[in-house]
Amino acid sequence: MIPSASHPVPSGTAGSPSGPDGSPDSQVPLRVLSPDGGLEGEAPDLSPTEREALYRQMSRLRAFDNRMINLQRQGRIGFYGPATGQEATTVGSAFALEAGDWIFPALREAGALLVRGYPLRKMVAQLYGNRADDALGHQMPCHYTARELRFVSMSSCIANQLPQAVGAAWAARIRGDRTVVLGYIGDGGTSEGDFHAAMNFAGVFRTPCVILCQNNRWAISVPVEKQTAVREIARKAAAYGIPGLQVDGNDVLAVVAATRAAADRARCGGGPTFIEALTYRAGPHTTSDDPTRYRASEEAGRWPDPIPRYRAFLEASGAWDEERERGLQAELEGEIDAAIEEVEAEPAPDPASLIEGVFATPPALLRDQLEEVLRPRR
Amino acid sequence: MSMREITYRDALNEALHEEMARDPSVLVLGEEVALYEGAYKVTRGLLARFGERRVKDTPIAEEVIAGSAIGAAMGGLRPVAEMMTWNFAILAFDQIINHAAKIRYMFGGRVKLPLVIRGPQGGGKQLAAQHSQSVETWLAHCPGLKVVCPSSPADAKGLLVTAIRDDDPVMFLEHEILYNAKGNVPEGEIAVPFGQAAIVHQGSDVTIITYSLMTLKALKAAEELERDGIHAEVIDLRTLVPLDMEAVLASVRKTNRALVVQEGWPVCGMASEIAARIQEDAFDDLDAPVRRLTGKPVPMPYNRILEAQAVPQVPDIVAEVRRLAA
Repeated sequence: MIPSASHPVPSGTAGSPSGPDGSPDSQVPLRVLSPDGGLEGEAPDLSPTEREALYRQMSRLRAFDNRMINLQRQGRIGFYGPATGQEATTVGSAFALEAGDWIFPALREAGALLVRGYPLRKMVAQLYGNRADDALGHQMPCHYTARELRFVSMSSCIANQLPQAVGAAWAARIRGDRTVVLGYIGDGGTSEGDFHAAMNFAGVFRTPCVILCQNNRWAISVPVEKQTAVREIARKAAAYGIPGLQVDGNDVLAVVAATRAAADRARCGGGPTFIEALTYRAGPHTTSDDPTRYRASEEAGRWPDPIPRYRAFLEASGAWDEERERGLQAELEGEIDAAIEEVEAEPAPDPASLIEGVFATPPALLRDQLEEVLRPRR
Repeated sequence: MSMREITYRDALNEALHEEMARDPSVLVLGEEVALYEGAYKVTRGLLARFGERRVKDTPIAEEVIAGSAIGAAMGGLRPVAEMMTWNFAILAFDQIINHAAKIRYMFGGRVKLPLVIRGPQGGGKQLAAQHSQSVETWLAHCPGLKVVCPSSPADAKGLLVTAIRDDDPVMFLEHEILYNAKGNVPEGEIAVPFGQAAIVHQGSDVTIITYSLMTLKALKAAEELERDGIHAEVIDLRTLVPLDMEAVLASVRKTNRALVVQEGWPVCGMASEIAARIQEDAFDDLDAPVRRLTGKPVPMPYNRILEAQAVPQVPDIVAEVRRLAA
């Protein structure tokens, strides 16, 4: 199946959320840019700098993914999961938030962390898990965490971040602050009980959150058609009394517009929104996966790339050109090179960090075990 | 400090009232905890006093009760999540084991998770296989969780106060049989520290190490044994994580004999763990092998007689101690 054909996007149509009754006629994906980058809908209000920043972050994520895959192939890091093809969804949705909003990622939201301003070298450090790593070498690669940026560590299991996301949103309301929570999930994750329980909780208590499903069509090897009998996952929102809408997830401007509207509504007490972003996982699930075993190569070769699409839009408005592109690519290469060089020079984690963070204060058992580890062997 | 006699249920209820009044970030959520005041009435009066913002009836989904409490704790609150029973909390074990226990570690220590999950467990009310389990071993096995099993009203209150003030996730396991049990509880604020076992009966011949409901049975056994001239020391562990092995070892070094009693299944249980650690650290002090007395490894049967056979009873403890002391 060809991904672009399986996500028919009517031109010139701005979708609107279905009502809580889930009126089925409203499931028209929101789109701002045509597949070749022409402006055909209403663009969100963004300054020229912000427009360029969207492009820079998407390109940065792509360059980072490509390079990290290579590092994994070279055996320099243990594992990697790229977001290739999904840059517009992660970058656009995170871009639409305010700095104090919480992000509960699913699996492929490194772009959100870049948007938040997390240093690229810290992401590399997380992949190496050495002394430069904020998580002290405790977490599996790609499970980035940034407490100060309100970016929660990714969960290896599926969908269980959503009960936490709606709980954090509930806490924000109790504390009376303006915080909104963005919780991500994949198409596969919508089959889990935690998705149902969290959506239900959000609907009942109208928690200030946005739940964004990155429908990239594949849950490792299982296509979305085998994941759910509903053609539009967005319709599931109706079962919880939550507005649901589809957005063209490869159109970064549409993602910004949809997420911003949903976050604004949540912030003003309007309750949760469910967004299904239609995108495509162009690469493997992770470096442990080989998609040629289950996915036709012609499909993989024809994925709708969000980056040239947005670049065409910028170029048409005179905001981008070949020279700037060359400059950006050189800049990114330099940034990534420097980050790798810096991180690879760092030593392994302090052995004592083995027990750090199990509890606020380590109990006797842990202190004894650490002593055991540190005792010289004869 | 003046004392009065109240039930275990009311002691827990007092702890919730006092901590919610003291700290506005403490809130309570769970199935039927607000309007209905809890399946076991532990949350009585909380809705009327603190309002529905802080006392929340949730949809019936243990995974979202635990998960939303985790999110709320990350968001700066101190949630106390009630599970109607720990048997049903098994639906939330992914949130507890994969998340609550690991979030601080996975964040490199940069996030605290002040969270209490509480509810009843244990058998004795003829509620059979899916209502009578003891889950403390599963929880104590997993690094990152504190595990509390109070046996008396005073400890129920004092340990719940400490649990709510703790910055780590605390699994608070009440015993269903104990809710109506009465005991002396000091007036006013009490906080019982974690990791300090209580010697609830002094003795010199055998040490009985136990917790929760089995403490009461061990005390009855100790009284009966006194009449035969056997002086058993009874240690109530109170918290399983952290575990007060110092108190256990000090007693064993005095009595040279140890029996560990637990209601739950024997395989890889707390009794196994404690027996192993006694033998590692006090082998030379032992005059006999450490004995375990545990529940039978069967799903809890409904029939009254079968149920009684499935868990340790006072005569079983007496018989085990006599064998050990012989």
